[in-house]
Amino acid sequence: MTRRSESSSVSPDMRLFVHHRTVYRFSEPQDRVIQMLRLTPGSHVGQNVIDWRIDVDCNARLRPGRDGYGNETAMLYVDGPLSSVSLAVTGEVLTEDRAGMVAGAAEPLPPELFARSTPLTAPDEALRALATEVAGDGGPPLDQVHQLMATIHRRMRFLPQKRSEVRPAGASFADGQGGATDFAQVMVCAARLLGLPARYVSGHILRPGHQHEWHEAAHAWAEVHVPDYGWIGFDATANRCPDDHYVRVAIGLDYRDAAPVSGTRTGGGSEVLDVGVRVGMDQSQA
Amino acid sequence: MLSRTAASLYWLGRYVERAEFTARLIEATIRLDALSPRPAGKGAWESALAVAAADEGFVDTGETRTPQNVARYLTLAADNPSSIRSCLDRARSNARAVRTALSREAWEAINRAWLGLRDRSSTGGTQATLALVDAVKAETRGFEGAQHRMLRNEPSWFIGLGAAIERADNTARLIDVKYHLLLPEGETVGGVIDRDQWTTILHTVSAVTAYRWLYRDGLRPVQVAELLIHRRELPRSLAASTDEVVGHLNLLGKRTGLQGEADRLARHRQSALGRTTIGAIITGGLHEYLSAFIKENARLDQAIGKQFRFA
Amino acid sequence: MGKRAAFDEIRGHDAGETARPEFNALGDWIRETPASELNRRQQAAEAAFRQLGITFAVYGEEEAAERIIPFDIVPRIFTAREWAGLSAGLVQRVEALNAFLDDVYGARRIIADGVVPPELILGNPQFRPMLAGARPAHGIFAHICGIDLVRTGPDAFYVLEDNARTPSGVSYMLENREAMLRLCPELFEMFPVAAVDNYPDALHDTLRSVAPNGRSSNPVCVLLTPGHFNSAFYEHSFLADSMGIELVEAADLVVDDDIVWMKTIEGLVRVDVIYRRIDDDYIDPLVFLAESVLGVPGLIAAYMAGNVTLVNAPGTGIADDKAIYSYMPEIVKYYTGREARLPNVETWRCREPDCLKYVLENLPDLVVKLVDGSGGYGMLVGPTATRAEIENFRAALVAEPHRYIAQPTLALSTVPTLTDMGIAPRHVDFRPFVLSGADGVTIVPGGLTRVALREGSLVVNSSQGGGTKDSLILLDNPAEAH
Repeated sequence: MTRRSESSSVSPDMRLFVHHRTVYRFSEPQDRVIQMLRLTPGSHVGQNVIDWRIDVDCNARLRPGRDGYGNETAMLYVDGPLSSVSLAVTGEVLTEDRAGMVAGAAEPLPPELFARSTPLTAPDEALRALATEVAGDGGPPLDQVHQLMATIHRRMRFLPQKRSEVRPAGASFADGQGGATDFAQVMVCAARLLGLPARYVSGHILRPGHQHEWHEAAHAWAEVHVPDYGWIGFDATANRCPDDHYVRVAIGLDYRDAAPVSGTRTGGGSEVLDVGVRVGMDQSQA
Repeated sequence: MLSRTAASLYWLGRYVERAEFTARLIEATIRLDALSPRPAGKGAWESALAVAAADEGFVDTGETRTPQNVARYLTLAADNPSSIRSCLDRARSNARAVRTALSREAWEAINRAWLGLRDRSSTGGTQATLALVDAVKAETRGFEGAQHRMLRNEPSWFIGLGAAIERADNTARLIDVKYHLLLPEGETVGGVIDRDQWTTILHTVSAVTAYRWLYRDGLRPVQVAELLIHRRELPRSLAASTDEVVGHLNLLGKRTGLQGEADRLARHRQSALGRTTIGAIITGGLHEYLSAFIKENARLDQAIGKQFRFA
Repeated sequence: MGKRAAFDEIRGHDAGETARPEFNALGDWIRETPASELNRRQQAAEAAFRQLGITFAVYGEEEAAERIIPFDIVPRIFTAREWAGLSAGLVQRVEALNAFLDDVYGARRIIADGVVPPELILGNPQFRPMLAGARPAHGIFAHICGIDLVRTGPDAFYVLEDNARTPSGVSYMLENREAMLRLCPELFEMFPVAAVDNYPDALHDTLRSVAPNGRSSNPVCVLLTPGHFNSAFYEHSFLADSMGIELVEAADLVVDDDIVWMKTIEGLVRVDVIYRRIDDDYIDPLVFLAESVLGVPGLIAAYMAGNVTLVNAPGTGIADDKAIYSYMPEIVKYYTGREARLPNVETWRCREPDCLKYVLENLPDLVVKLVDGSGGYGMLVGPTATRAEIENFRAALVAEPHRYIAQPTLALSTVPTLTDMGIAPRHVDFRPFVLSGADGVTIVPGGLTRVALREGSLVVNSSQGGGTKDSLILLDNPAEAH
């Protein structure tokens, strides 16, 4: 599942190790579990996937595929009876700091597609006001997007915990706090209100000083298509553009299209989801 | 055939049979009620509720046990899962889901039966109730006829299988509720009320004439029990129903290659019925025998679901 | 328009007592058959439909009552010449629709060439980005199209709407004919009428022809229904039965290893072609609406992997969207190289300021539609609307102009219809069903005629008081008749 990037004139300056485990525990044994996984990153300029594997703790069948966005997908089929399913992703990626600029990625769809809103990124009055406020100062689009990111970063409090349910952008913004998914969807929605195509990105981040800790959720941010520049990443949780600390995994119009795991199960009861992500780096390469 | 289709056909057979049985039960109860001096008539309706396994449900309605109320509860109550209306609702719903597996005639029969009840909200007086159950009997007989004229293949066999399993259950319940009549302890039997009660049992399984043909020496409780349990000549007897289950399972097994637990259970029951006599059953306790029979029938039902992958 | 008397298909523009010459015999039949006799036959037909269970549930009513769609005993007739013109136009249009779908989910040349504005496709919720790049067997997406046609004069036919998702109504074409053959056999002696009863075979052939690569020798086809509470369930069971294929619900299917299987009493059987009568949104909870219980998890993965053919393919809604409709003349020309044989009804795109201005100034004369509405909901018929309804639409148009298109109120043709007051003209439309398979396009000579039973009404939808009629296509060569 790995591809070489086209341009590698600049030597990679970071080697990231990603461990991403997802455990579903069921209150009653399940007959069957089917999941669509978007857990595998592609290679492009500034991101070179050296090694990537998905391990499942039970007798499962994984079928690789690719969706219309160009994301690498895998269908997971597991027969029951099952009381839990555990997915372990381990990978190694060489990254470089490109100041958020995305190039050489699989781009089967044109930027105009990402101008449309979705139920999860539908604008409301408050988000419209936010966009108006940011745009009011005028200035080049790139400056406006940076200002938008800074404003969201200021107005919303980051809670690293994983929420059980994903909220629409409007609800997250009204709440004034949320996880990376909330920040990303608010950013996507508001950037579209500035008239710029924007999309949701799921991926991973190395948090220096916390690289031995397990985090409760994968990371997410937004990419905005800025005239004269193309796609640029904006991470409102950190108020910065993704650099060599980031691994891009999947894109979509919103969380739903890029979620690491979409699943269904056959059987009663309820499920508990436990996610752990740890991103480390190879110091010798830094 | 889809497993779901098999399930729907099987349940279609069961619900139509249940609707018809309930109709007969009501008809026979009305007759008993008319013959009995009060308050025996009230007892007639109470035992009808017991046979239909609807007594608890009726208590929950908070209504008084007048013949009209019970008759309405057994025929038209939407909140009674074993009322004729509920049975026909579910029969039609199953039939609708598998229309392609039914003949047009079979579907029309079940749809007509359902339409006939759809707009009825009250049973009316005794005459109206009788007319209503008569209509239900006519429509379900029409369905049975249509089923017999369907292609002799899986759909018709699954319906027949469901009907035979249901029939065995209904007959066993009927005998069980009335078993104290069949096994009088110390009381003098043969009084007017008892005769009427026995006749009611026979009416419910349309066996009045059959009894006269098979037993020339008048109504005797043990013979009524024997007829309903052992006599293969009577289509609604436990033995005849069991034969039918075995037969349908054989046909399905030959066509699909699927044989298993259901066949074993059914054949075991068939041979057990052949070995025992009514005398032995009564010695061992009729009620105990019937309770075991009903439980075993439920196991057989589950085994069928599993064998044809619709459980 | 609108002011002039409508064209009557049997009696011509004068709507007098005499029929158009080619339909003299029908005119005589209508005149000479007593209304009471027509009524009797009509009631017999409706009783038969009720008994068959050809019912539909009306959405939005307290109890989703099962009703039959009213049937009108007086048929509609097309001459062989009229039909030849129509069918050539339909073939061209459906070929263009499929070429359009193949293009927008593939190379998107039509956008690059500037024929359709990119945002109209890419910004349209009916364009499903996750499906981009998938190409079904033979590049056919819309295997079954129902093209709604209206008529205003002897040779004036217009396409009112394309239905490229899961068009319904074909069972009425077939059952109406059965009823007419039984109740009015004399008509089929008077006229050489093309048979329609081979539709299920033609459909089955179409399904089989589009099996996935490597599965074409004896493909297993099934019809996927949302279940028997669906308003079109009768049609689903009728079609499955007529084709001799299994009628499955979501729970009967299971996807494993990107392959679709159905659960039978003898175990799992591989499925190659699914004629699905479930909308895209509900078809796979992993990809579309997560809360859908009607769908089959993994179905889209099996489709993307090329292991199953979905009929119609998911994502075809982009082709029958009303905003795209307005570009159909350009789309037909772009892909077929010729002018559209069947014209569109003139359409104002309210997203364009000039059009919006015109529409707002002329609301009482126009029909305004939601671009993503169907079934006659979300629609304003200016000439029959109240002032309040017009003002409501005006506000909606100003707020979200891009969601609306507007069309002139056409003087839809009429056909004599049996009413409480005897025979009277009623407005009609026509939906033929067009099949596209590996071997080309097939159109069974017939279709569904819908009739607005209320006097003067132009709304033919069954949910809004419409009925149906048999549609007789006359043959040049009577040897092929019934």
